[in-house]
Amino acid sequence: MSQEVILRVEELTKLYGARVGCRNVSFELCGAEVLAVVGESGSGKSTLLNCLSGQLPPSGGSLSYRGANGHWRDVLALSEPERRLLSRTEWAFVHQDPRDGLRMTVSAGGNVGERMMAVGARHYGTIRSTAADWLRQVEIPQDRLDDRPTAFSGGMRQRLQIARALATNPRLVFMDEPTGGLDVSVQARLLDLIRTLVNQFELSVILVTHDLAVARLLAHRMMVMKDGHVVESGLTDQVLDDPQHPYSQLLVSSILQT
Amino acid sequence: MDQGPRNDRPPLIEVEGLGKTFTLYNQNDAVIPVMQNASLRVAAGEAVALTGESGAGKSSLMRMLYGNYRAQTGSIRIRHREHWGDVASAEPHAILDLRRETLGYVSQFLRVIPRVSTLDVVSEPLVRLGVEPTAAQEKARELLTRLRIPQTLWPLSPLTFSGGEQQRVNIARGFAHRFPCLLLDEPTASLDKLNRETVLDMIEEAKADGVAVIGIFHDAEARRRVCDREIDVSSFAVGRTAA
Repeated sequence: MSQEVILRVEELTKLYGARVGCRNVSFELCGAEVLAVVGESGSGKSTLLNCLSGQLPPSGGSLSYRGANGHWRDVLALSEPERRLLSRTEWAFVHQDPRDGLRMTVSAGGNVGERMMAVGARHYGTIRSTAADWLRQVEIPQDRLDDRPTAFSGGMRQRLQIARALATNPRLVFMDEPTGGLDVSVQARLLDLIRTLVNQFELSVILVTHDLAVARLLAHRMMVMKDGHVVESGLTDQVLDDPQHPYSQLLVSSILQT
Repeated sequence: MDQGPRNDRPPLIEVEGLGKTFTLYNQNDAVIPVMQNASLRVAAGEAVALTGESGAGKSSLMRMLYGNYRAQTGSIRIRHREHWGDVASAEPHAILDLRRETLGYVSQFLRVIPRVSTLDVVSEPLVRLGVEPTAAQEKARELLTRLRIPQTLWPLSPLTFSGGEQQRVNIARGFAHRFPCLLLDEPTASLDKLNRETVLDMIEEAKADGVAVIGIFHDAEARRRVCDREIDVSSFAVGRTAA
């Protein structure tokens, strides 16, 4: 982990009318740091992730990102085309449901190639061989390159979604329950894969999960959310093994074993 | 009361006025005082044993030293590169930095991602420090061989191993990188005689290299063999005044 901050979030708030999505969330994320956001459904963790990744306009607060060129940008002031460019290049998003991140009617290779073309890749041979490399990285057999994701298992779809997300070499990846809804054995493989890729490409990750075991194995630091607020944050194993806030204690004591 | 190091080597660990209380909000706000005013110093090349009855707070102190439990008062200064880091007050990234390079911990539990091979589990601390993977694996092989983990098990996840095997994988992982400060929680607990000897040899070698060791050893003979001093953790119990 570098100690250079790449994302700065201040007092980020999202209100749905009178209802609070998330309120006054502030934190910084460093290069190559994995931050887990945990909480029950309805705690505001997905709202926060959607605001951070630019998919939902926040009601207030500020969000700055330090680009690969070293310049700070006010993410909330970006125009729509600028924001979309950012989320295709330096940022990426991995959805819980691979169908939200993939085009199901396009081949596996095409799914990866498409993301590369969106940032200007044009040479068919290069695109195809790079796509093949990415499938290898995520352990998808080469002979599946031309198959559509509809023919893939859930775990394989999720790995394809990750390959597609990483194909443009992003620096910051948002993940929403990436191992949710998968069999335990498939989950283990995916966790191993995510951790390998995160280390290899020195990715910064904001990971939303309700699974504390996933947070323990992947995240350097974690934030616990309840009712739209961050109630506790700190070193992952410290928050899990010695939680200070009543709600974190309840959360940790409610699970069987992490 | 400061049971300072006896030798004239430089201190690498300095704990001062450490206090810890658990507040259990979901159990009628029960407040459990664990310790107060814990102080100790450990020099390079020195091993200190934490002693005291079960429940005296040996493991809690160990966990605080590693930053796994939060201390309410006091400081835990660890010599890190050319300066001192304070585990009790440091930011998460600074604690992770300390743990990566300076502060090793062999706990009684092996916590790894399922599916990751034993060889990778043991070499990982070196890879994280930027050691070339083949060199890191070479070191892992050497340690696993020394600790008598059969080569047929190396490609497998240690999660399916016996208690004693897991313990040895944990020790191999903790010794892959030469941490200047090493915390050992019952490192010989579930080992047979031969492996116990090996682990004690490894601890002695680490000391000879200038490593500062803090350990919990129920095995009194092992404790006498590798430890230079003992610190009775019950002297830090709440209500006791320091002598």
